[in-house]
Amino acid sequence: MKAWLVPTTVAMAVCFGAWEASAKNVLRWASQGDAITADPHSANESPTIAAALQVHDALIDRDPDMKLIAGLATKWGTLPGQSNVWRLKLRKGVKFHDGTPFTADDAIFSLERAKQKSSDMKAYISSIVEMRKVDDHTVDLITKGPNPILPNQLTAIGIMSRAWAKKHKVEKPQDFRKQEESYAARHANGTGPYMLKLREPGVRTILVRNPNWWGWKDAGGNVDEIVYTPIKNAATRVAALLSGQVDFVLDPPFQDLNRIKRNPNLKLVQKAQIRTIFFGIDGSSKELRTADVKGKNPFADKRVREAMYRVIDIEAIRRVVMKGYSVPAGMITAPGVTGYTPALDRRLAHDPARAKQLLAEAGYPNGFSVRLDCPNNRYNNDEKICIAVVPMLARIGIRATLDAQPKSKHFVTVARKQSDFYMLGWGVVTLDSHFVFSYLFHSRGAWNRTGYSNARIDELTDAMPVTSDLKKRNAIIAEAWKIVRDDIVYLPLHHQVIVWGMSKKLDLPMRADDAAYFRWAKLKK
Amino acid sequence: MFSYLVNRVFQAVGVLLVVALLSFVIFNYVGDPINNMVGQEATLEDREELRERLGLNDSVLVQFLRFVANAAEGEFGISYQFQRKVSDLILERMPATLELVFVSAVIALAAGIGLGVFTGLRRDSWLSRFVLTVSLVGVSLPTFVIGILLIYIFSVGLEWLPSFGRGDTVRIGDWDSGLLTGSGWLAIILPAITLGLFQLTIILRLVRAEMLEVLRTDYIKFARARGLSRRAINFGHALKNTMVPVITIAGLQIGTLIAFSIITETVFQWPGMGLLFIQGVEFADVPIMGAYLLLAAIAFVAINLIVDLLYAAVDPRLRVSAQRGKGTA
Repeated sequence: MKAWLVPTTVAMAVCFGAWEASAKNVLRWASQGDAITADPHSANESPTIAAALQVHDALIDRDPDMKLIAGLATKWGTLPGQSNVWRLKLRKGVKFHDGTPFTADDAIFSLERAKQKSSDMKAYISSIVEMRKVDDHTVDLITKGPNPILPNQLTAIGIMSRAWAKKHKVEKPQDFRKQEESYAARHANGTGPYMLKLREPGVRTILVRNPNWWGWKDAGGNVDEIVYTPIKNAATRVAALLSGQVDFVLDPPFQDLNRIKRNPNLKLVQKAQIRTIFFGIDGSSKELRTADVKGKNPFADKRVREAMYRVIDIEAIRRVVMKGYSVPAGMITAPGVTGYTPALDRRLAHDPARAKQLLAEAGYPNGFSVRLDCPNNRYNNDEKICIAVVPMLARIGIRATLDAQPKSKHFVTVARKQSDFYMLGWGVVTLDSHFVFSYLFHSRGAWNRTGYSNARIDELTDAMPVTSDLKKRNAIIAEAWKIVRDDIVYLPLHHQVIVWGMSKKLDLPMRADDAAYFRWAKLKK
Repeated sequence: MFSYLVNRVFQAVGVLLVVALLSFVIFNYVGDPINNMVGQEATLEDREELRERLGLNDSVLVQFLRFVANAAEGEFGISYQFQRKVSDLILERMPATLELVFVSAVIALAAGIGLGVFTGLRRDSWLSRFVLTVSLVGVSLPTFVIGILLIYIFSVGLEWLPSFGRGDTVRIGDWDSGLLTGSGWLAIILPAITLGLFQLTIILRLVRAEMLEVLRTDYIKFARARGLSRRAINFGHALKNTMVPVITIAGLQIGTLIAFSIITETVFQWPGMGLLFIQGVEFADVPIMGAYLLLAAIAFVAINLIVDLLYAAVDPRLRVSAQRGKGTA
């Protein structure tokens, strides 16, 4: 045999491999926690959705400024005279990663799948009661009454292949009662810009570029391969960035930001996040569980709530605790959400003297004691904010004892209504105020743990999703915000600011939902 | 011997049941996984339904019995945070932990015994004093500080070694090995040193103390008087006689190595079982926590058993007394 052929071929392969490796744009990045699954409908958790939407396209997408843009649907709108029927024109000539063509059947199948009992995305599209295939590239979605924000809600639902799901028996998302792992937890077949090459949960995920993606011309990204490693320990994550072993860290800890800034190869980029941090106060119970005031509830008195609001020095918290990375807030919704106005977002003035006076007028000249419940691993510097607030409240005699717990415990305490005074953060996924009112202010809102109940607010909240006239709708939202601001239902603190650390070679637009979409990423040599 | 083994196995089953029961009582205080599994949009009814489906509403005893029944069949359920079978996850992560423990145990034993003998023989040299002083760092600094320190020196400062992960791995059957690639060896150096430093120090000090003890004994003096070479005396006679306590400690320390690897693995993002456990605790991932604690208990019980058997192999007196005991019984 031609013995020389073998070494030559090997040498050529090695050279070729090396050449190929250097020509490829590989982006390595890290953040604290991995996606739960590769299944686009199984877990409604931000990192999981962000991961799923690299591989799957949604019918309607968002650009870096969170504006709605065409996804797998190129046109959408309600039919004339039928405000509850949405007609979507689907993109033609799109293929799934396995080569099968995308049609209306896949779109309907995916939405149907996302509505299953074991799906975690069902809340987004619960208003859809019927889906009709008009032709291969047109579908009608019929909602229970008019739903003007359906397009916003569709941006979270990835579209997967029906044939593929049938073949691998994953027509439904993971059911935890079964002992078997779902095939879709580590495999995916979407139409999106990246294809899932390898997923080792909690260890490593590798995505490779889908050269046939329909959107490359507009998106303009040039990354060929994405290697993601979750790095739990914050110091290790920063060290990996500083030593150049990763190009991008999604969540650098605040205390290390200056180290990153000083490094000549790295940069920090920041953007206001659509998430507002605030305190909830139980103003409805007969008696507080943790206060030393018996027989009555001091929080039921608006003057007490106002006193607490006015004594919190949010500027000091921004400067000292948040190192400048926060935007003081007067309302629980951030710029970019329908219903936000700078006037509503202005805070009541910081005024300890007035606070003291208000508290005395309410009949508590010597204050009272209460427990403050905070998470310690959920929001930016959550526990530190609470530690700073305790002495501020003490200035007017409110003796708060801080109980900071991991999120797995904190949210149970809040959800079971065992807290008088708690920290919570709220992101607005649909970018519409209705989302805030239906969960936080409506008397039956799932996260309204203050017991706030106002018939007018309920009425306005219920009117928001069914009012199609935009002018009328905006007036409803504005009135609702005015009422809850005057009632001081919550004590708003600040809007979070997202800070990403990355190599100067990388250009990656930030989105206000703190998710990195690599279709826009450009790596310079 | 056989009845001894059977006896130990029964003891082990008892220990495991107690560990499993205790873990389940503790899990009730770790928190509720539901909030980590669903988004803020999920309604209270959805949450309640998921809790019911996961069986979290059952009493601790019912949950415990279900766990034991499933565990007896090797089933640990589906992880809440990775949506994979826990048994698969643990099998996949085990090679990483075992390789790390193996390498750091080798480092600890080789360097510990070597330096121990050296400092025992040359008590007054400045090098011995230096080694002993530095070894104090090993016992007094917590693992995570040593790890971060090493990362900042060798990864961020000198840029010699990777700060996280295992490097490239090679798959042999079901075993994912990092010990067959260059990047794998580079990646294991820092975590192995971090993990093994405490054990290294313990072994070093133990060997040194034992050497000093043994060198004073009559039979060493007698060996010297016979004119044996220094080498034969120090290593053939003295060192061999220091080994019984060293094996005891080293064996027990391997259990601690596996346990301590939780911290080291977290610092270096080493994808082993310890990291899996920490990720599980953070998420309140009950199936992972239950399986891990049970496995850790099994490891401890097994290592103790092996150590007991090794005694007999090293120390002939124990063998003789066991046989004599049999004779009189």
